[in-house]
Amino acid sequence: MLKLVIKRLFQMVLVLLIVSLIVFILSSMIGDPVSLMVPENASPEEVQAAREYLGLDKPIHVQYLIFMRDVVKGNFGRSYRYYQPAMKVILERIPATLEIVFLSVLITGVLSVLFGVYAGAYPKRSSSKTIMTFSIIGISLPSFWLGMMMIFIFSIYFGWLPPSGRGQLGTFLGIKSSLFTLNGLKHLILPAITLSLANIATLIRLIRAGMQETLKQDYIKYARSKGVSQRDVLYKHALPNTLIPVITIFGLQVGELIAFTTITETVFAWPGIGKLLIDSIYSVDKPIIVSYLMIVSAMFVMINFLVDITYIIIDPRVKIK
Amino acid sequence: MKSEYKTLGTSQNSLIKKIRSSEIFYNYKHNLPGIIGSVIFVVTILIAIIGPFFTPQNPYNLVDISLSNSYLPPAWVEGGTIRFLLGTDGQGRDILSAIIYGSRLSLFISITAMILSCTFGILAGLIAGYYGGKIESILMRITDIQLSFPATLLAIFIMTVFGRGVDKVIVALVLVGWVRYARTVRGEVLREKTREYVDASKTIGLFDRAIMFKHILPNTLTPVVVLSTIQVGTFILTEATLSFLGVGVEITKPSLGLLVKNGFDVMFSGCWWISVFPGLYIMIIVFGINLLGDFLRDELNPKLK
Repeated sequence: MLKLVIKRLFQMVLVLLIVSLIVFILSSMIGDPVSLMVPENASPEEVQAAREYLGLDKPIHVQYLIFMRDVVKGNFGRSYRYYQPAMKVILERIPATLEIVFLSVLITGVLSVLFGVYAGAYPKRSSSKTIMTFSIIGISLPSFWLGMMMIFIFSIYFGWLPPSGRGQLGTFLGIKSSLFTLNGLKHLILPAITLSLANIATLIRLIRAGMQETLKQDYIKYARSKGVSQRDVLYKHALPNTLIPVITIFGLQVGELIAFTTITETVFAWPGIGKLLIDSIYSVDKPIIVSYLMIVSAMFVMINFLVDITYIIIDPRVKIK
Repeated sequence: MKSEYKTLGTSQNSLIKKIRSSEIFYNYKHNLPGIIGSVIFVVTILIAIIGPFFTPQNPYNLVDISLSNSYLPPAWVEGGTIRFLLGTDGQGRDILSAIIYGSRLSLFISITAMILSCTFGILAGLIAGYYGGKIESILMRITDIQLSFPATLLAIFIMTVFGRGVDKVIVALVLVGWVRYARTVRGEVLREKTREYVDASKTIGLFDRAIMFKHILPNTLTPVVVLSTIQVGTFILTEATLSFLGVGVEITKPSLGLLVKNGFDVMFSGCWWISVFPGLYIMIIVFGINLLGDFLRDELNPKLK
């Protein structure tokens, strides 16, 4: 097992290196920083001086090494818009994004398991068919439109919930978050639901299919004949085995969740890293775009790594391979 | 001459008969979601093709549009007229016409991107699966890395680098989409490669290319058909998302996603129809495609039978 973990760790570093290379190449294609720095009537000598100052006159592999050195130090340059180190600007906004992602994972986990197990255990019931129809509608919805409809219905029409922004922050165990105040939660609920819906729909389908397969197996029949209650059969015997492949996909979906925060945060004007990225794309704020890319891809690679490790721990068969 | 017609006629007849008596057709007739899905898909494609001949106005033609008609609500709401069934936007554009023109663009982008990513993906998958070795491990590592990265985010970055435009959206979707095809086809090829007919083709001296394209490829197409159906739906949603975020198609020729975005700012002042209907139409198209995809998947998957 340790050997597998080390192998995965090595792969993780390799992937991060490749990602950094791609980010470096892509970022060199987004606009020319020299033209942004020098005045329009600058002489060729001045342009050359700016080029040398930025290190753009050096060969491309040297530039990449300099870029990597800065990345390792966590130095991505200063944001053109906030006049602060890009890393600092992003780190300040990460808690707001993690809040929605956290609440969304919670909602997704609970609802998809409840509905998925039900639809898998009683596939013939009309309530199960309704659940499945809604899950197909759920994966067919553009999430930004869903968010807008929620704003329209719950904020504009009924006036129950605030349409945008992050609410009051509360402090609990030293962590500042809007999860701890009523006002904050009210602001959180619509973005979190918007972010969850597509994932709930996909997971319901997966869990249902898995449950149907698992429930056919002999050990379930044995548990039933032993007199185990229906609830224990479903949740204690069938569900754990169903969840093994689901966890991998759920892990990948947490990555997707972070990507989709760009959309949700734009719709709800939520001050997290997703909205920051879109704003930075509009204003070609390259240091922010690059640091977002590096931080977020590092997160994805970490998540994949953790999912693989969980897989090895839960499923003993993986070790044999 | 006459006899030729006759044979042609009978062979066509028997083809129709074959289809009508086939298991798939029987299952299709008894599968309501499949029927609904395919009907929605065919109708939306038809609307996209012939719709512009029937629309009340051409939303791209400035002569047709009049500012005096701006922000009219749908016909059944007070203040709306039957001339603009689904209302108008801030420039006096008829929403219904805009949706029909927008759906043309959305479907064109996603179907073109599907065909291109399908072609590249199949090629990569065939080569990787058939030749194996280094070329396989390189191609598969690329797909591994790409699949660990959310497709939407990748598309956003590609668009950031390239800038707006229909062609660029298609490029972004193809770059994001070929991976699934490559992996699926490679898996199928690996299975087919061990079959006797491949050995037999090699023994009689066929070229690799002939074996790959004429003999192995047709046997790998079933999952590709299912994937392609679902991929069109995914591409429609991705394109809509890109356009909504402002990194998709140009503002002058709005797709469905851009129409929703245009309505977003005025929704707070009560003009809900501008973004509600285009979004609803995206949902209907993708819903139809997903129903059809589900039916095909269940039907063409031999494991489930």
